[in-house]
Formats: sequence, structure tokens, C-alpha cells
Amino acid sequence: MLLGRTANGLYWMNRYIERAENMARLVDAGLRLSLTRTTTPAEEWASVIVSAGLQADFQTRHDEATVETVSEFLLRDLTNPSSVMASIETARNNGRMVRTALTRETWESLNEAWMAMKRMLARPVDGRELPKVLGAIKRETALIRGAFYGTMLRNEIFDFAQLGTFVERADNTARIIDVKYYVLLPSLSWVGSTLDNYQWESILRSVAAHRSYGWVYEGDYKPTNIADFLILNNRMPRSLAFCYRNIAESLNFLAAEYGPRHGCHDIVETTLGKIKGNTIERIFDIGLHEFLSDFIVENNRLGNEIARDYRFY
Amino acid sequence: MVAFDEMRPDGTTVRGPYASYNDWLKAQDAARLAEKASDAEQVFRKTGITFAVYGEAEAAERLIPFDIVPRIISGAEWRRLTQGIEQRVMALNAFLDDIYHRQEILRAGRVPKELIANNEAFQPEMIGVRPPAGVYTHIIGVDIVRTGENEFFVLEDNARTPSGVSYMLENRETMMQLFPELFQSISVRPVENYPQLLRQSLSRVRPEGCRKDTPRVAVLTPGIYNSAYFEHAFLADQMGVELVEGSDLRVVDGRVAMRTTEGYKEIDVLYRRVDDAFLDPMTFRPDSALGVAGIMDVYRAGNITIANAPGTGIADDKAIYSYMPEIIEFYTGRKPLLGNIPTWRCAEKDSLAYVLEHLDELVVKEVHGSGGYGMLVGPAASKREREAFAEKLAARPGNYIAQPTLSLSTCPVLSGAGLAPRHVDLRPFVLVSDKIQIVPGGLTRVALKEGSLVVNSSQGGGTKDTWVLDD
Repeated sequence: MLLGRTANGLYWMNRYIERAENMARLVDAGLRLSLTRTTTPAEEWASVIVSAGLQADFQTRHDEATVETVSEFLLRDLTNPSSVMASIETARNNGRMVRTALTRETWESLNEAWMAMKRMLARPVDGRELPKVLGAIKRETALIRGAFYGTMLRNEIFDFAQLGTFVERADNTARIIDVKYYVLLPSLSWVGSTLDNYQWESILRSVAAHRSYGWVYEGDYKPTNIADFLILNNRMPRSLAFCYRNIAESLNFLAAEYGPRHGCHDIVETTLGKIKGNTIERIFDIGLHEFLSDFIVENNRLGNEIARDYRFY
Repeated sequence: MVAFDEMRPDGTTVRGPYASYNDWLKAQDAARLAEKASDAEQVFRKTGITFAVYGEAEAAERLIPFDIVPRIISGAEWRRLTQGIEQRVMALNAFLDDIYHRQEILRAGRVPKELIANNEAFQPEMIGVRPPAGVYTHIIGVDIVRTGENEFFVLEDNARTPSGVSYMLENRETMMQLFPELFQSISVRPVENYPQLLRQSLSRVRPEGCRKDTPRVAVLTPGIYNSAYFEHAFLADQMGVELVEGSDLRVVDGRVAMRTTEGYKEIDVLYRRVDDAFLDPMTFRPDSALGVAGIMDVYRAGNITIANAPGTGIADDKAIYSYMPEIIEFYTGRKPLLGNIPTWRCAEKDSLAYVLEHLDELVVKEVHGSGGYGMLVGPAASKREREAFAEKLAARPGNYIAQPTLSLSTCPVLSGAGLAPRHVDLRPFVLVSDKIQIVPGGLTRVALKEGSLVVNSSQGGGTKDTWVLDD
């Protein structure tokens, strides 16, 4: 048994830690691409904003997508609730609220991450320092995760936090693929140009998968393989399949602990059904974009249903 | 006015309680001590032991400065103190029971009726209500000052929701991390079982109808923006009970219940850290979102214990304070073991005249104020400040009391230029159920500015670990 508000705090704490990390990875991928010189940097930076799902907000604040405006908006801007700084603030406030549910190590790593980021992002980031700052952000979130996995009891507290992590991560991965789905579609003119290669690498990089891809597929970048890796591969920790396996596991633990199953259990089973046993060819047949849009809507619905079923509010 | 220094009263000879510590200290070099002091700050910042200062920019979180030199009290001194505190706490609870029932003390003319009737801290809703086990104030912080080898005085009683106990515990934890060798050679009585004692104490005052082996206890906090939030979370955590906010609670079937992932679960004992006014919007402030609508009905029906009980503020009010010697004598039949500080009640005409006359040597406090706000330290104030204060005082004399500027004892702190004496006070924490328990120690607050007498953390005060020796 847990307070509904505590379950809610754990869920959002982890969603925002995950979001902070994902934002840093998106900027990192954009930075890589802008350095390749084969593309127009402005287009690439604009597509980073689209991947983050923040186009409309961005346009109300900046005219042009550049390394400065994009990193300002995605890293520091507190009026953008999804920026790294805003996310880590929200994560910490939630952490403070559920302080009693966390181990000392977990709380301290979150608190220290917040202090470190506040220091790093106190002033606009100098372009020359960007790689260092992004590295530090990723390191801080990795430390939180390490403390969390290393010290937390595997009980309902752990499960609600896990749900937050994986609902957020699934949403992030799905959106990244969806924004770039056109580069993944097999086209008649496809010859695997250098440009395509960079685009693909950028997608993989934004989900920290450019190295592991090579280990699994032992070869060149191929759109079907990339889509397969990010959607269906069970071992890739940011794939939709992996996220949903973990979500289902946590929800099943909760059902075992509490007794009743809820609407959220049905939703996760349905979504899992669309992933398990599916092939990437079949997904391309129904339409990659359709598959992903449907996934994003259902993932969102799952989050709302978890909140209702476990009395978050 | 020369203050009594608890380590070296005559400037050279070290007093008994500090002897072993002093031996150790002589063997330390200054650089190592400075390094330890900075380690301590890191520990506090890392764990997020901060407090929000009201009135400063949003999200301003500050550390309460911690000084690494312990304040040391001998076993004999402590025994004397605890006897005085026990007597006082017994009297406070008896006074509360009397005030909300037969009011014998008013009939006997020992405390003026108007002082109760016109007092905002008096809660008419509590008239005729007898809380479980007859305990009104379960957790009390008694602020004690020292002025000489054998002179201890009670500065004020905190019978509502005293805070600071988490600092007592964290200060000890930090000292044990920084100087393990000290605790091996000097036998300091432990304080770390306070959370367990608190939980047991709260469990023992469960409502009469509660038949459970372990009653469900919860800590009620106003939330993360409250200045003492860290402490609320800390205590809930250490006790292993839920930390709840008003929005988690509602009255279900005549019981106060919290919203959990498995539905509503009733609570037996609520350790509340919200003020009376916010406890129940149906009884007190209707705009309160921090409390529980209807909790007072559940309370009056005897189905929940609220610690501390509503209305305990009438016992620690600064105007009542001046009557504490009479109150103690009335209920215990004995003279107070711990003295009060002489107090002028500005509501009385002669006293007001005296106070206005002697503003430059007195400390003037608001009757209902706390945290060191709204007070005047006469000797430290400028002429202009005193004149401005005199106007406020003359306009609302009933709002103020005055006391002589006491020469609070000093303890050494580690300053930039080595050890230097600073004024201190002491807040031991008392737990009341069917018995009275006092953990050996408390929170020593220290005025870090040279010569300053204001120890409140909101006014730049710091804290020290407080050692009671096992001798």
C-alpha cells in the first residue's frame, strides 16, 4: 500500500529524469549532424525541435533554429517544461515530495544532479562547451539510475517509478522514429547515400544505440533493421518492445501485490500484442507512421489509466 | 556584561565536561579542522537538509550553518535539567486540561480570565474535549538558556509543533561521520533512537477504540514548500510511517482516511505539523487547503488522536509564559525547579512605562510571534530603531512582553580565526504519553555573529551537536 500521491510522485519523478536525459541526447544527435557539413545545419536543428515535439512552443520564442537557440530552449529555458533544467527541477520536486519512499542514495544522487545542472546551466551554454555539458547531463542521470537500481527495494515503490521511466521512454523513442519515419521508408531511389547514412546514425545516436546496432546487425545501416531494432528488439533498452515488457512486468507485480487487475492491464496487453510476434515487414505494410501514431496515443492513454486505477489524484 | 563560557569560564581553565574533548582538540591542527568543517557542509547540502526562508526569492533553499565544536553537558547537569523539564511539562498538560474543562486556575485567580478569553491561541472548540490518554501536548521543545555555572532558565515553551529535532539527529550523524575517534574515547549518550521513541509514544496515545497491535500513524505536512518540510519527511521516514498532505486525507465513515493505491485506509494517530488554523476548514480557517474537512468531528468522537492536540498554543503563549511559575506551583504543589526569566507584561500600565523607559536594555517580543521575527533587542538596536519600536509598542501594548537582555552563555565555535566564543541556547525535545521521555541532548542553537544574542536560524543562527555525557 502506498499513498496515491506518492505513487504519482514516483511516476513523475522518473518520467522527468528520463525526459532530461532524452533532451540531452536529442541535442547531442543534432550537434553531430550539424557538424557533418553534408546537411544544412538550420534544417537539422529544426528537426531536433520537431523530434522533441516542441515545435509550436519553440516558434513563439525563437525565429531561427541554431545551435544557440536550440540548446537554450532544450537545455536551459525554464518556461519550457520539458527542458533539461525544468525537467530536473520537476523531478527533484517530486523526489522531495516522495522523499520517504526513496533510499538515501537515490535521493542524494537526484539532489546532486539538480545542483550540478543548476551550476552548469546557470549561464547560456558556450557552443564550444556543449559536448562537455551534454556529457555531464547524461552522466548525472546515469548516476541517479545507478543509485536507484542499486539500492531500491523491488516493491510497489520501484514499480511505480519503473512505470514512469518506461512510459516516458516509449513515448520518446516512438516520437523520434515517427519524426524521421520518412528516412526509414524504403524508396525507389534508395541507394544508401552518405546523407541517409548520417540521418540514420543520428536516429540511433539520439536513443544511444549507434554502437549496439552494429553488434546486433553486423553491417550497414538499413532502414528496416533500424526500425526493427528500435521497435521490436527485446534487448535494446530503449526499444518499444523493451519498454512495454517492463511496463507489463511492473503492472503484473502490482496486480499480484494488490489483487485486482485494472483497465491499465488491458491496455498494456493490447499494445504488447501489437509488438510481440509482429515483424517489421508487416508494420511497414500497415504503414509505419500509422503504427507509431497509434502507439503514441495508446501509450498516453495508458499513463492516464494508471493514474486513475491507482488513485494518483 | 561578561558571558559565562561553558568551556573556559575564566578564559583559561577548561571545565570538567570539556576536559577530554579539549585533550583531543589540542592534538588537532587548524587545517584539518577547517577541512572537516567544509566536509560537514558538503554532507548537509548533499542530503538536502535545507530550509526555506520565508520572504526570500522563490526556491531559496539555505543550509543552517553547522559548527563542528560540540556543546557538552555533564550527566549531573542533565539530570537536573530533566527534572525541571518533566515538572514543567506535567504542569503544561495539567494546565491545558484545566483550561478546556473546569478552569480552576482562573477561578482561583492565579491567571487572569481575560488572558484566556481574549487569546487567539485559545480554541473554544476544545472545551470539554479530553484527548486520548488525557495528553494535550505530546511533543514539546523547551528552550533553555544558561547564564552561569548553576543558572538555567526557560526562555520559552514550544507546545504546538516544535521543530528542529531532525537537526539534532543529523548533527549527531554528521559528527559521528567526521570524528569517529571522538565517540570511541568519550562516552556520549545516544540520541538516535528518538524516532523509535516518538513512534512508540504516539502509538501509546492511540484512540481508546483502536484495538490494533500497531496503530496506523501518519505525519501531516503542509508540503514541500514549508520551511520544515525536510524534517517532516525525515521523521516520517525514520519512524516508518506515511507522510501525508491535506489533499491525501478525507473523512470516510467517521474516520480520517488516506487515499492509497488500494483505496482509502483509516489513520489512528496523526502527528500534524500544520497549525491549528489550517487543520479543519469546517471548524477553523475555511480557506485552508492544508487540513482535512471534518477532522474535528472525528476527533471529538474519539476516533483519531491529533498530536499535538488543537489549542495547545494557549500554554506556550508568551503572555501566559510570565505566569508559568504560578502555573507550575498550582498543579504540582511545588516551586518550579527551572526558573523563568523575569518578564514585563506590557499590557500592564506600570510595566509598559518601565519598558518604554528602559528600551535600550530590554528584549521586547511579540506575544504571538515566533522565529525571532518582530522582536527588538534593545542594546543592539539603533536609537532610530528603538524609537520606531516604541511607537508600535505604545499603540498595541497588549501585543508585547519584555525581558532583560540575558547574558547567554557562550560555547566556542570554529571561526575563520580559530576558536571563538558565541552565544548559545538549548532546545531539548520531550515526548509525552503515559510517561515523559527526554532524549539526552537536544538542539543547540548558536548565534554565529560575534556578540549577537539571536540564535534563530531564520536570523542567521547556526547549530551544534549537543553531547550529554554518560557520567
